[in-house]
Amino acid sequence: MIYLLLCWEFFKIGLFAVGGGLVTVPFLFDLAEKFTWFSTEELTDMIAISQSTPGPVGINMATFAGFKAAGIFGSLTATLAEVLPSMIVVYFIAKVLAKWHENIYVNKVLAAIRPAVLALILFAGWNIAKITVVDYKTAGVLVALLLAMRLYKTSAIFYIIVSAIIGVALKI
Amino acid sequence: MVSLWKLYALFFKMGLFTFGGGYAMLPILKSEAVEKQKWISEEELLNYYSIGQCTPSIIAVNAASFIGYKLRGIAGLISATLGVISPSLIIIILVAALLSNFTDNQYVQWAFGGIRISVTALIISTVIDMWKKGIKNFRGYIVFLCAAGLLWCFNLSAIVIVILAALSGFIPDFGSKKQ
Repeated sequence: MIYLLLCWEFFKIGLFAVGGGLVTVPFLFDLAEKFTWFSTEELTDMIAISQSTPGPVGINMATFAGFKAAGIFGSLTATLAEVLPSMIVVYFIAKVLAKWHENIYVNKVLAAIRPAVLALILFAGWNIAKITVVDYKTAGVLVALLLAMRLYKTSAIFYIIVSAIIGVALKI
Repeated sequence: MVSLWKLYALFFKMGLFTFGGGYAMLPILKSEAVEKQKWISEEELLNYYSIGQCTPSIIAVNAASFIGYKLRGIAGLISATLGVISPSLIIIILVAALLSNFTDNQYVQWAFGGIRISVTALIISTVIDMWKKGIKNFRGYIVFLCAAGLLWCFNLSAIVIVILAALSGFIPDFGSKKQ
């Protein structure tokens, strides 16, 4: 029974949270008030942990919330239910795009959005920078990493591993 | 043709190294799916992000689903999506069940301090790389500047920005033949 309820609640979150993982946060607070699965204090901790563990933060939060509600199967149910609407919507959009990708208006609109998405991406970077680049040491690491990335184009994963080591070495 | 197992495995890897939201995943998608595997172009990747702003989505799942569908149809969509969510399932269940104070560990916090800086640097570097693909003419600069202005000054939501930008696509060009 709790699995059905989890399935329904997280399917709704997946369906109505438009625009990415952190948009699900207010929905999760609603769940905390509506059910006895977890308290709002626990939820705050869960969000913090979800942001500092590997994996997209939206998925992490759904998994965590599902686990608190009903253990391992709860986390499977919540996560799968949350991603199902995305999968269905993408399936239809991908079909339509495959059919219309040479349409001049579709291309015009997509081309018009791309510069705005670059601005959105940069803004996301800015918001992360605001909480991470707080002194000369962190600013120096940012500049050094950026220079290295521009000079040596290796994979993003390489830099993530290196920066974890730098973080420990410099006690950031 | 790429096997479903390989799709699953590579998206597992991308999910594992994503720290933060969907935007943190962009540099990883670019280096793995665009540059290494050559599954999609940079324009396609930007398109997926554009669409992801105005559809129900965890952006990471959206991108995985689009790429999976492009390569192997509906079975590819499912295996890529399962791949990208699997690391979260495993790690969060372990953390929730066994190591609930894992993030209090000083070494973990230092490592994450470092990782967050590189996520910032990677995002900036990715925007520089994608600049040419995303902004091809004067009109593109105007849209970028307007979007940036609206974000930094008014913190407008992403969906509003994307809809405004989409509408701008219908404004005719005056005195310029280039589209």
